[in-house]
Amino acid sequence: MTDFIKGLRNFRRGAWEMVASALIAAGVVMLMQPFALALFSWSFVVTLTGTVMFIIVSHFPE
Amino acid sequence: MLDTSIDRAARATPPAVARRIRGLSDRAIAWIFVAPSIFLLLAVNIFPLIWTIRLSFTNFRVNRPNAEVEFVGLKNYISVLTNGDIWLTMQATAHFLIATLVLQVLIGFSLAYLINKKFRGNDLWTTIIVLPMMLSPAVVGNFWTFLYQPQIGLFNYAVGFLTGTDPSSFSMIGDASLAPWAIVIVDTWMWTPFVMLICLAGLRSIPNSIYEAAECDRASKWRQFWTITIPMVLPFLMLAILFRGIENFKMFDLVVQLTGGGPGSITELTSINLKREAFEKWRTGYASAYAVILFVTVFGLASIYVKALNKVKQR
Repeated sequence: MTDFIKGLRNFRRGAWEMVASALIAAGVVMLMQPFALALFSWSFVVTLTGTVMFIIVSHFPE
Repeated sequence: MLDTSIDRAARATPPAVARRIRGLSDRAIAWIFVAPSIFLLLAVNIFPLIWTIRLSFTNFRVNRPNAEVEFVGLKNYISVLTNGDIWLTMQATAHFLIATLVLQVLIGFSLAYLINKKFRGNDLWTTIIVLPMMLSPAVVGNFWTFLYQPQIGLFNYAVGFLTGTDPSSFSMIGDASLAPWAIVIVDTWMWTPFVMLICLAGLRSIPNSIYEAAECDRASKWRQFWTITIPMVLPFLMLAILFRGIENFKMFDLVVQLTGGGPGSITELTSINLKREAFEKWRTGYASAYAVILFVTVFGLASIYVKALNKVKQR
């Protein structure tokens, strides 16, 4: 956990890629869940944020 | 001195052309070779994508090419993301995804585990199991439609034989409660071998020495399975799940052949719904926004897939 926070603070690829992946996964789950239309409506913004973040952070140092 | 093919090609090149090529840098020659591929990529992939994104902000309808096209901002995106029918379509896709992934992983891994054991006719069985994967989805859809026929279908006959029910008393494709399972069964039948092959690669990558060390420590087979086999195959399994997840999210051909999205719209997955919006209702701008949403979702999943793939490669 400490390594993860340290990685985020030092802009390391691994930690930030994990955050971006979590956002993408959350966006996909929001898109397909059967519980709330509001979650479905915001899913695209979450997935797009995660995807753009993934593209940016994949250029961070290891 | 040897007369190589390079020497012969050099002699055959007209002096004017040879002079021109000799004057080019290595970088320029590399660009000449790469340029056709880049041009094709731009023309076939990038240009349509940019054009779709542009259309998604307009009210363009392809069946009214002379009508004035207006910029509507995010209206199409908001309409798609607040549409209850599209939400239901996404849920149908989610059900399809979850059912196929669970079945394919369970059966695929079990088959890989069995095939990994040495027995007579091992290679023959592997070939037979892998066959469905090699068929075209259109062909598979067509012959499963026959298998699912209530009157003459082999599937109905087999179910009737095993359960004692009348084969013509149920229709896998026509019944609203059975149709989703009809497409799940066909997709599982077709793509389980793919998951099996990936799992098999994972199982074969585990060195025997680890199992031998576990035997020395008197670890039971059950413990070896949970502490050696599963953790070492897991990255491969994740890869298979991601790949099948992305492919099934885009599923179109098989379902169109089998049920066409019916009965009603019970098996209407996102790709079929998108096709209806674009080419039956002719709402091109709206359908473009819908397509961009699906594209971003698949692109996001593909990014995770590539990351997982790199992790597996590093092993």
